[in-house]
Amino acid sequence: MTVLIDAKGLHFEELNQRIRKTLQSGAEKIIIDNVNGQRYIGAGIKGTQTLIINGIPGNDMAAYMDGLELVVYGNGQDAIGNTMNKGKIIIHGNAGDTLGYAMRGGQIYVKGNVGYRVGIHMKGYQDQIPVVVVGGKAGDFFAEYMAGGIQILLGLNLKAGERIVGDFCGTGMHGGVIYLRGRVEEHQVGREVKIVDVEAGDLEIIAKHVKNYAQYFNIDFQQVMAKPFVKLIPYNKRPYGNLYTSY
Amino acid sequence: MSLDFATPMFLIERNKERCFNCQICIRQCANEAHKWDSKKGQVYSIDANCVNCHRCVLMCPTRALSVKKFPWEFRYNANWTPEAIRQVYLQAESGGVLLTGMGNDRPYPVYWDHMLLNASQVTNPSIDPLREPMELKTYLGRKPDVLKIKKGKILEEMPPQLELDVPIMFAAMSFGAISLNAHKSLAAAAKKMGTYWNTGEGGLHADLVEYGSNTIVQVASGRFGVNREYLNVGAAIEIKIGQGAKPGIGGHLPGEKVGEEISKTRMIPQGTDALSPAPHHDIYSIEDLRQLIFSLKEATEYTKPVFVKIAAVHNVAAIASGIVRAGADAVVIDGFRGGTGAAPLRTRDSVGIPIEFALAAVDTRLREEGIRNKASIVIGGTIRNSADVVKAIALGADAVYIGTAALLALGCHICQKCYTGKCNWGIATQNPQLTKRLNPEIGQERLTNLLKAWAHEIEELMGGMGINALESLRGNRLMLRGIGLNDRELNILGIKAAGE
Repeated sequence: MTVLIDAKGLHFEELNQRIRKTLQSGAEKIIIDNVNGQRYIGAGIKGTQTLIINGIPGNDMAAYMDGLELVVYGNGQDAIGNTMNKGKIIIHGNAGDTLGYAMRGGQIYVKGNVGYRVGIHMKGYQDQIPVVVVGGKAGDFFAEYMAGGIQILLGLNLKAGERIVGDFCGTGMHGGVIYLRGRVEEHQVGREVKIVDVEAGDLEIIAKHVKNYAQYFNIDFQQVMAKPFVKLIPYNKRPYGNLYTSY
Repeated sequence: MSLDFATPMFLIERNKERCFNCQICIRQCANEAHKWDSKKGQVYSIDANCVNCHRCVLMCPTRALSVKKFPWEFRYNANWTPEAIRQVYLQAESGGVLLTGMGNDRPYPVYWDHMLLNASQVTNPSIDPLREPMELKTYLGRKPDVLKIKKGKILEEMPPQLELDVPIMFAAMSFGAISLNAHKSLAAAAKKMGTYWNTGEGGLHADLVEYGSNTIVQVASGRFGVNREYLNVGAAIEIKIGQGAKPGIGGHLPGEKVGEEISKTRMIPQGTDALSPAPHHDIYSIEDLRQLIFSLKEATEYTKPVFVKIAAVHNVAAIASGIVRAGADAVVIDGFRGGTGAAPLRTRDSVGIPIEFALAAVDTRLREEGIRNKASIVIGGTIRNSADVVKAIALGADAVYIGTAALLALGCHICQKCYTGKCNWGIATQNPQLTKRLNPEIGQERLTNLLKAWAHEIEELMGGMGINALESLRGNRLMLRGIGLNDRELNILGIKAAGE
């Protein structure tokens, strides 16, 4: 069952209440039109249904979300997938800051660019491996304090002189892995981060997620894979182990 | 390796006449301060390893052991105290940040001890709580601006409230900082006494989900163990911005403490450092805080009060005002004497302000702005006894958190070594050999005893003032008088001097 909700003029509290009620009443898919900055869409919801979001959803979309699939036809704002546990988010546009903050599971695919502090403190736990794939570039502090999961920047459509990632990439990183399709300079990454070559196993992982990306956004898979990737990993999972003296 | 200049902190004295070399002290000490000399066939001690936790002293069947301050040989110097000298030695040796545990131990003034309570004499009768009803019931949460009542019924829906039978809750201490048995003790005691315990930022162990209706679940920057179920199982959610022992900095739970159970509860891999950075990465303003508060309210469908905890710092009143306007249902303020499992010494001892001033300033500010009803005030940071509770409530608090006092009830001896993971009392450790020393059933009983005793003392003190409901004491600063305080201090506390 597909249900249509017109979000025009609705406060987030009312919109989200309607979404929850509609899902409870058995809808498998909700198409939400005229979304214009309403926050917390999909926040704290457990389920396997799909929300199609037409417009620009507000901050904290999919916070603590547990299983839904969200497809955004428009740009996303800040803190998408904040502390998300499970589910999938596909954004046909750009997204803002702190996307995937403390995310523990699920996948986020962004067609375009993302802002600052994306994938910060992303975790992994047992069989939960969160994944963020960004088609364009990311701002400063990408993957700061990263503790687990996989983050991929594809750097598609970069203008001349544009960098795939900003400064302080992976500062405080102590787990997980970052793949960049392009180059990164030593001075751009945190001192906890090691830049290494990708191996066959890595390419398999990358290909799996790039295939999804290519399919969602109708992009040529081979063309994306044709350019080399580098891999960023932490030196160790205890970056501050030797900082202290017992008093 | 260079010579270690630091002399031991403590001297272990063994009464040779009483000691019969049973070796209990060896087995009891995780710090390895007692050893067996197989050649001589006798126990001996290593002073430098002793943290003065009293475990061996109390467990020794013949009372053969005592621990004393090590006799310092330094020439007297008011500036260069033995502590100051020792700290330089340690850092010259290691190059490390000095790490400590528990709360600020410096001799700053304790303002609770500069406030005296009133009592009724002649003009209004005092009340005997043994024979007359006394009301300690407290509701935490946002109260409406006006109450519309029709035929004895409240017309509008009340925002979610926490109901407390005693105005004392157990402060946030994470599983990781303390043991599961300590958490079990706190949870069971909270349930029994009609109050609440707080998970701290390390998640809620599966065994404790049954105590959800007496649990405050915490959300901090590391988001450990935070998911939909966690948020919904608790009675309230507390956003931790800061804590009194280490305002402005975050926490590191070292990887060696992240074993199987902690890994499951925090939902992070075993052996990895659990880094809790100082800021929440999505909060840089009051507006951002509002965003987090409402994301939690949305995720729990507006059924749970959301608390925001901050450390008592210089601009605490203005910050608290912002927190209330951001939509928090309670502001939690933690004073600079508040405890911790681990904090850099310099931060613990030098950052923040006393809770007494912070509480008075916040309560005054919220009243002046006409928003005091919009949020409850909960305070912590060295509430040592029931008189401190009464004074806090008279100054304006709705309820208090106790952390250190609760741990003392469980056997803590404030040796300040919580961060080593070698707590011989089974509290601040994850070593199964040590944690089994804390029996959660007995722990629950001791905590329950403490709260019962304090509740009765609070009733006595209230009765003495002629007050029969805690509600009438709240913010009733006329019941307080200052002693040994200057005008400025009296002014900030909003109380008169003794004799006025």
